[in-house]
Amino acid sequence: MANFYTDNPALKLHLNHPMMEKIVELKERNFADADKFDYAPQNFADAMDSYDKVLEIVGEICGDIIAENAEDVDHNGPRVENGRVVYAEGTSRNLDACRKAGLMGMAMPRRLGGLNFPITPYIMAADIVSRADAGFENLWGLQDCAETIYEFASEEQKEKYIPRVCAGETMSMDLTEPDAGSDLQSVMLKASQKEDGSWVVNGVKRFITNGDSDIHLVLARSEEGSKDGRGLSMFIYDKRNGGVTVRRIENKMGIKGSPTCELVYKDAPVELVGSRRMGLIKYVMALMNGARLGIAAQSVGLSEAAYREAIAYARDRRQFGKAIIEFPAVAEILALMKAKLDASRTLLYACSRFVDMYKIYDDIAKERKLTPEEKAEQKHFSKLADAFTPLAKGMTSEYCNQNTYDCIQIHGGSGFMKDYACERLYRDARITSIYEGTTQLQVVAAIRHVTTGTYLSCIEEFAKEEVCPEDEQIRQTLILMSQRYAAAVEAVTGAKDPKYVDFMARRLVEMAGHTIMGFLLLADTQRDPEVRRSLHVYVNYGQAEVAKHADFIAAFRPDMMADYTME
Amino acid sequence: MSLNIIVLAKQVPDTRNVGKDAMKEDGTINRAVLPAIFNPEDLNALEQALKLKDMYPGSRITILTMGPGRAAEIVREGLYRGADGGIVLSDRAFAGSDTLATSYALSAAVRKIGDYDIIIGGRQAIDGDTAQVGPQIAEKLGLPQVTYAEEILSAEDGKVVVRRRIESGVETVKAPMPLVITVNGSADACRPRNAKALQKYKYAAAPSEIAADEERKAFIAARPYLSIGEWSAAHVEADLGQCGLAGSPTKVKAIENVVFTAKEARRLDNDDSQLEQLIKELIANHTIG
Repeated sequence: MANFYTDNPALKLHLNHPMMEKIVELKERNFADADKFDYAPQNFADAMDSYDKVLEIVGEICGDIIAENAEDVDHNGPRVENGRVVYAEGTSRNLDACRKAGLMGMAMPRRLGGLNFPITPYIMAADIVSRADAGFENLWGLQDCAETIYEFASEEQKEKYIPRVCAGETMSMDLTEPDAGSDLQSVMLKASQKEDGSWVVNGVKRFITNGDSDIHLVLARSEEGSKDGRGLSMFIYDKRNGGVTVRRIENKMGIKGSPTCELVYKDAPVELVGSRRMGLIKYVMALMNGARLGIAAQSVGLSEAAYREAIAYARDRRQFGKAIIEFPAVAEILALMKAKLDASRTLLYACSRFVDMYKIYDDIAKERKLTPEEKAEQKHFSKLADAFTPLAKGMTSEYCNQNTYDCIQIHGGSGFMKDYACERLYRDARITSIYEGTTQLQVVAAIRHVTTGTYLSCIEEFAKEEVCPEDEQIRQTLILMSQRYAAAVEAVTGAKDPKYVDFMARRLVEMAGHTIMGFLLLADTQRDPEVRRSLHVYVNYGQAEVAKHADFIAAFRPDMMADYTME
Repeated sequence: MSLNIIVLAKQVPDTRNVGKDAMKEDGTINRAVLPAIFNPEDLNALEQALKLKDMYPGSRITILTMGPGRAAEIVREGLYRGADGGIVLSDRAFAGSDTLATSYALSAAVRKIGDYDIIIGGRQAIDGDTAQVGPQIAEKLGLPQVTYAEEILSAEDGKVVVRRRIESGVETVKAPMPLVITVNGSADACRPRNAKALQKYKYAAAPSEIAADEERKAFIAARPYLSIGEWSAAHVEADLGQCGLAGSPTKVKAIENVVFTAKEARRLDNDDSQLEQLIKELIANHTIG
């Protein structure tokens, strides 16, 4: 009888962000579908009411079914039989519930069978699902791949595959190979074109999440003799055609319900998506950005679960004659967990709104020419999405690791045992800062927005916002943090040494992150005073982190990097 | 082959998490503090109906509920999960109905619907726990009944095959249609609400819910599928003498609010003499026997 949406007021705060009005009106093209589909909204209020009610369904399924199955799925996991994956029983029940509830293809347009939800409420569903079972989020969240088909495939392919995803078929993105992990340019899976023009692929992929899915997106080398990313193309493989078997699944530390497969392709028939050679440089980049936002949502959901487990235990557990939550050392951990959770969530939804804005404009641009103002907005939000996606993925995944660690700490010795959910959360969290690009790679993607000033100009915009007198002092602290950040950026870039920028990149990105999250919490506080405590706790924490990095950078000289080179 | 299925469903106060203010001074239920919900076993029954619809495409599910206009919420909840339509049986004349008067009114409504193969409902409602309404409807309509059903295995050639829970296990029975089936809580849980159906039907309403809302009336008038039927006693040609208080022989003498506390728990060792003593005590104070 739990509902993971209605029991969490923070979600409604973000769903009801003022920017949603513009997002929804653009997404719904001024509600043009209202007369064509009986489930399309009539106006903005109607659309928001639908998101709210559908998220209530998500919350109910998560609370009553997915969370209930999580422990069992973690223990039993999937298995391979005759080259096919058999899900854990709980996983099948979860999928069945999601299919019956029509929660597949949520962001796809109605004409293809979807709900036409903007990214923001869809990501909110991912946040809720992850709180219930982060491993299941991987299976459910792979509906993201439909987005790539929608953006880049032919009309015929869209009409063939997307309605199937909306009806509940699962997807996978087959990218990684034994020798191509972070470095996808080295992908070797061979795509060959037959005389009739059709394609087949041969080779092996590894670490493929949900690799026995119904519809695969496959990255393969279509240009014989090529060595780099420009020889790679994107294909769709339809399981109905056969040709791919699962050789084994990995025995993982966490997210055990999500089958991680080694796939063997033997003359597997595939269809080319979009243009040859654009597989990695265009389509995978888009796919990865969507997936990274999904991992940020997964991280936030895990942080939420960890915080709830921790506070419930701290209220319940008594030592020295009182509940341990009454001990300041315990309470401080909990306050910081909550602050990191709230900071993660506000960054996640700021990012998802930026993604919504530019993607909707991209989509409108397929129907008609954008006005110069719209073009300018599209460019603006595309840049912000590009800057915020790695920041959100990096920061939220690190925080979910810290929060699940602290959750065990609150549980003490009991947390080390298999008896409590916290150990599962801890194991599940560990992958979030690794897959879809490690935190180190997120920093590589984010650093150019440090050096080109995207973050700083964004921060300057935040600093202009009016706040209530009570929050003025915090605003001043945040401005001070941004000044320290700006000075550190100047000091590092002033050395005119790209290696030095790389060396300091993580510190600089984190400084930007703390400042941005502080400002976002400040804005949330103006709409909901409940956030104020987290704002205070987070800014206390963030300013100390910014000062730490600033001190490190101030005391450092580029020649000292030699001490950090290892052989 | 397609079926016409009537699902009997009741809106009940959620008595599963009862707090200290759940009962009023006079011993009646304080409905203000208990949320109104879809009776849990009626949801099990709806799931069985939906499974039949999956098995026999083209089947039609009608939700029938008795209560005030706001009980239309039960019909909407059914529509969100895959039902095709619904009727609220609503009249002041039905107020105060016991199980006999309720089954009379519902059977009159079923007669009015006329075309049905299966009438299915939960075993019992959590506010009364009598399990009488389903069987009484079968009696009044002269239909066979299968109670304590857990799964309807098939409905073909005029016969249903049903697995039902009995005291020592399960048994599978065959019965002719039309018939009444009551479903046990051990049957499959109902599927979740569907996102598209919810968006489609969220503005569905019974006339008395929107009496003063001209805009909503016009909206529904343009979309007939949003109209939830609302039938009165006259509509179903019910004999008023058999309705409501007049038709209810049950008289409530008193309602006692019993709160179990931990001190009433007693721990016994596992030996026969202590158990025997306990049984004697329980018989003596009329707890059992």
